[in-house]
Order: sequence, then structure tokens, then C-alpha cells
Amino acid sequence: MSNHPFTHLDALESEAIHIMREVAAECANPVLLFSGGKDSIVLLRLAEKAFRPGRFPFPLMHIDTEHNFPEVIAFRDRRVKELGERLIVRSMEDSIKKGRVVLRSENQSRNAFQSVTLLDAIAEFKFDACIGGARRDEEKARAKERIFSFRDEFGQWDPKNQRPELWDIYNTRTHPGENIRVFPISNWTELDVWEYIAREKLEVPQIYFAHTRDVIRRAAGLLPVSQLVQPQAGEKIEHITVRFRTVGDMSCTCPVESDAASIDEIIAETAMTRITERGATRMDDQTSEASMELRKKEGYF
Amino acid sequence: MSIIEKISFDQAGLLRFITAGSVDDGKSTLIGRLLHDSKSIFEDQLTSISNTTRKRGMEGVDLSLLTDGLQAEREQGITIDVAYRYFATPKRKFIIADTPGHEQYTRNMVTGASTANLAIILIDARKGVLTQSRRHAYLASLVGIPHLVVAVNKMDLVDYAQPVFEKICQDFAAFAEKLKLRNITYIPMSALNGDMVVERGDHLSWYQGSTLMDLLESVSIEDDINRDDFRFPVQWVCRPQTKELHDFRGYMGRIESGSIRVGDNVTLLPSGLTSRIKEILVYEGAIDEASAPQSVTLTIEDHIDISRGDMLVKAGDAPQVIKAFDAMLCWLSEQPLDPGRKYLIKQSTRMVKAVISRIDYRVDVNTMDHETVNTLKMNDIAHIGLKVQAPLVCDDYERNRATGCFIVIDESSNNTVAAGMIAAAKE
Repeated sequence: MSNHPFTHLDALESEAIHIMREVAAECANPVLLFSGGKDSIVLLRLAEKAFRPGRFPFPLMHIDTEHNFPEVIAFRDRRVKELGERLIVRSMEDSIKKGRVVLRSENQSRNAFQSVTLLDAIAEFKFDACIGGARRDEEKARAKERIFSFRDEFGQWDPKNQRPELWDIYNTRTHPGENIRVFPISNWTELDVWEYIAREKLEVPQIYFAHTRDVIRRAAGLLPVSQLVQPQAGEKIEHITVRFRTVGDMSCTCPVESDAASIDEIIAETAMTRITERGATRMDDQTSEASMELRKKEGYF
Repeated sequence: MSIIEKISFDQAGLLRFITAGSVDDGKSTLIGRLLHDSKSIFEDQLTSISNTTRKRGMEGVDLSLLTDGLQAEREQGITIDVAYRYFATPKRKFIIADTPGHEQYTRNMVTGASTANLAIILIDARKGVLTQSRRHAYLASLVGIPHLVVAVNKMDLVDYAQPVFEKICQDFAAFAEKLKLRNITYIPMSALNGDMVVERGDHLSWYQGSTLMDLLESVSIEDDINRDDFRFPVQWVCRPQTKELHDFRGYMGRIESGSIRVGDNVTLLPSGLTSRIKEILVYEGAIDEASAPQSVTLTIEDHIDISRGDMLVKAGDAPQVIKAFDAMLCWLSEQPLDPGRKYLIKQSTRMVKAVISRIDYRVDVNTMDHETVNTLKMNDIAHIGLKVQAPLVCDDYERNRATGCFIVIDESSNNTVAAGMIAAAKE
């Protein structure tokens, strides 16, 4: 063994690199989903580690709800430019125009409808594998998902009929029209992601750090005030110090009260936090005990 | 900064383990206890499970609900598949493969066990070593899990009596000897009350060994990987063909076992061509040596044709290059084995066509008896003979888990239908 100990981050990193190389070698037309969020930022570094000095053997793709935080989109474009890789953006607005997505109201959460745009993009480019940054510790439906998660031609996940996954031999085979979602950081926790960001000195969008923001309290969480979220009767705007633990649709991604202004402080806060990442920050996961499972069955990431 | 130092996990290793036992043995309670006492349960999860506990008309917090994942399972109160759980202490990170104990048990346990460093076999102190304990021990030995913990649970229900514990240890040891199981640790405990899980508790003062958590934190996993034989299956060939890197050819992959230094003589298999290691590259730059399970890029001195599926090994330490071999096979699919048919085999980075040429016997996992059969059904384990269309580069599973395992894929459905462990190569 070399002098420095092989840490858990080294083990997780090597596993993820191995997974990405398997995808590149065995799938005909893969794509990596990049949103500008912390998990997909980690994926990009892992892809660099897997394929440099070569180029990535797949393009990057963002499914844009157009309800994203502007600073995250700016970050996304800057990072892609630095890497010199190709980014495909498919927007939900296109799906709405085509009548593929019908919203009840303009300000409704768009997270659930991302599946439609994603499935349309998969069909358009004939992608047979989508590399994503989902983790098993996020949610209990994810805890049972394979690293190579097979989807039928309707993009559906059948939790009761998953391919067995043994050792680290991955079955990447699909029929035309089917695809596989691949999650190289399945075994990482939220804390692992932040520790890796610290170790690799990765830049993340500013909204992950503590800042003052106008919010309202709704249900169990805080909602950021924006053109999409305005106070209803009885709600009042508060100006407090918050940060985001996940980034997504502005209408349903909730910040948490926090003073963590650096990566180290985020790690300290994450290590001690008493609320799971999605529990604190995603209104759409709290709808029912099985909401993530239901969305995944419909083709969600 | 002191608080950050205190909770830094930077130097921690990673231990993967599996828990074997049925709901009645208190398996979910044990996992819940490990998560709870290591403070890995989040408040919203606790709120959610206490709501569910109340909905089902029960009191308090049922820790076993933490491991229930899917809607279908919650409705039926069963666990249908392998679920992965994560927790950490300042000493180590842990991944638990939680496998349910009902009729698909063999398939699920083999799946969970395939990546595990350690298995915890739960035994109910009132019931002693049962058929299912022997089945769990057999599967642990079959899959070659390096470390075994026999957790004698529910000691509170036998008044924490030392003779009960010792009798169970003797019974299990007698059986384990036949399976050539090594590295077994026996721990008496009450997962319900928390005795000897994370805390020692007040009731088992006669027991001098470690708590379960102490053991999980300290067991040495360094040698769980074969450190002797360098095996480097090539996953991907990097040829940037840019101006600066016009002639660069990097062979990318993960070191599955052993280690390698710059200048080492290597043999390429299956061709048998030889060369020397020129560089070992990682993202941060060139390094002098690397060892399993690092993912690296290798360059070599000579221009020889290397592609995915080839394996680089150290000269003089070659694995087998074979077209026929014996294996232990675990059938995973609802569709039974069709003995006349061609299947695909994936072993390291090679995918080849194969036929199962013989079924020597099926193992009854409850009695270990050998039975003659004509086909294999889901959950069957059998000793078989295989023929492959193109040679595999492999080791016996017992010597090297990483290069001795394979999966069987049904070419028409694309499903993974079986998992195999190479038992003995035949020329």
C-alpha cells in the first residue's frame, strides 16, 4: 500500500470512477445529467478523474424547469465552459408549448414534470444511459435502487422487478427504447459529498452558503420569496440568514436557517444536523410517505 | 476549528456489512439500534416512523420501521429487496446491506453478501442454532465473506444466562468448522435494550469481548482484498489524439488485486504479450506505485494492441486463461435455467457466450445435502460445469473474489439470471 491511508472517500471515488468507465465502455450513447447542484458538481469531477487527459465520452445535459435560481444557471454555464465539454439544455417550456406538460397554474412546482422533458430528451437523442447524481441516503425509495437502474420503454422504474446487482459487475444491456439510469455516487451520503467538495476544492453556487434572504414560513419549512412564491393571506415576509442544502425548482426548494458561510462550516453543520436533506428542503417529498417512489415509477431521476 | 476536527471523518475507512436473520430474530431492531445509538437517525425519520407506529395502532417508536422502504412493503409489512443504509462514527463509515428473510432469501443474501466485508448472523437466544442459522452460515461461506459475527440476540429473554450463550457458540462452531469458516466472533446482546450493541449495558458483565460497534469499528479489512496478485482488467482505452497528446495511449481501469510499480514487467492476457509499466497516472499526476482498489491509468513501454477485456498482470504471476471451468452458481431468476441454451457471461470486463454443460448437484441450503437435478430454479445453488466461447482470464474465487466472480445474463430478456463463483479451472 502507498503511505497515505485509503480513506472512505478514496474508496467511494474509485468505485464511482469504475462505474463511469463501465458506462462509457458498454453503453452506446450515454449522457451525464448536470444541474449545477452539488451532487452533479461531484459527478463532473469524477468524470474528469475517470477520463482525463481524454475528453468525456458523453455530453452533459440539463433538464431546465426555468424555475431555477439564476445564479445556479450562471454557475452551470461557467463550469461547462471551463471543462470544454458539450452541454445540452432541454427546457420544460418546450414540453409545455408542445402540450406534453399541462400545468394547473403558472407557479406550480415543476419538479415532478421534469420526467416528461427528460423522457422526451432521451427519446430525441436516443440516450441509452443517463448518469445522475442521486444518492441512496436521500430517501427510502432510493435506498433500494440499483446503481444501474433499468427503465422500461416508458421510462418506468419497477421496484419489485429490479435486476440483481452483484459484486461490481454491472449489467448494462438494454433493448432499443429502454434505458438505464446510472448513479455512481449511490453509496455517498450528504456528508461525503461535502467532504469531497472540500478535499477537491470544488466551487459550488453561492446559494449553498449562508446569506440573507426574504422567506415565508409555510407548512413545516421556509420558502424563498420570488416571482413564483408570494405571501398568502396571514403569511409575512421575514428577512433571515439561510442557505440551501439542495438546489432545484424555486417554488418548492426550501432553504434552512444557517450561518454556515464556508465549506468547513457546512461540513460541521451537516455532521451534526438532525434533519435529513430532503426532509428539510423539498416540499414535494413531504406530500405523502411514498411520493418519491411514485415519481420514480413515472420516470423521475 | 476544534469542533470540525472532532467530527472529521477524513481518515476513516469504509466497512460494508450484511445482516442475516429474520424479523423474528430482531434484525430490524438491531439495525435500528445501531443507527439510533450512533445518532444516525434523523429527526424527520423518527417523526415519520412514530407516526406510522401510531397509525398501526402501536405505541412508541418501532425502530424496525426504519428499514422499511417501499409503499408495497409498508402495506404488507414485509421487506422485498436489498436496501442499503449508511451510518458513520468518527472511526469508520459503514454501509449495511439489509436483506429480508423470507422466501427469496438466498437470492437477496447472496446479492448483499457479494460486496460485504462482514456478515452478522443473528440467532435468537431462546431458539439456538436453527436451520436458518446454518443456511446463513453456508451462504456466508459460499460467497466468501471474510469476517463473521454471530450475534446471540434476545439475551434479555433468557435472563442474560452465560450457559445459554456458550451452548449456542459451541453448536455454531461445530457447524462452522465443516464449512471452513474462519474469523468468527460471538457476541451476546439484547438489541431491544441496547446491551452490547453500542453500549455494554449492565446485564452482561460476564462477557469480556467487544461490543458489536467496537468490533465493526476495529476489524481489519486490509487483507480482505487479495494483496498478492496484480490484476488490472482494462476498462477503457484513452486516446485523446490531440496535438500535445498525439501518441498517448492510456489504459484505464481499477486495480482489482495486488499492486504495481513503475518499471514492473507485465504480461497482457489473453494474448501473452509482455511489456513494462511506463507511467501510473491519476488525475493529480503521475505516481510511483498503486494498489487495489485504486482506479488508475497505466501507460506501457511498447506499442502492443490492448483493448477492453484484456487484463494486465505481473510477469510470472498469471491467472488462468480458460474456456471451460467448474463453478458454484446461484440462480436468481424466476425463469428457470434452460440447460440447452446459450447465455452471456460477464466476468471482469469480458462478456462472452456460454453454455452450462453439466449440473453436478444442487445444494440443499438447509441440510447441505447434494441433490441431482436437471434444471435450476430461483434460489437454487448448484455445482456446475461451463463452457465459454472465448477464453476468460480469471482466478479461483477462493483465491481472488474480484477475478473469480461472474454474472449470467439472459440474452433475450437482458436480465441478470445467475451469479457464479469459479471453483476450479479445467483445461
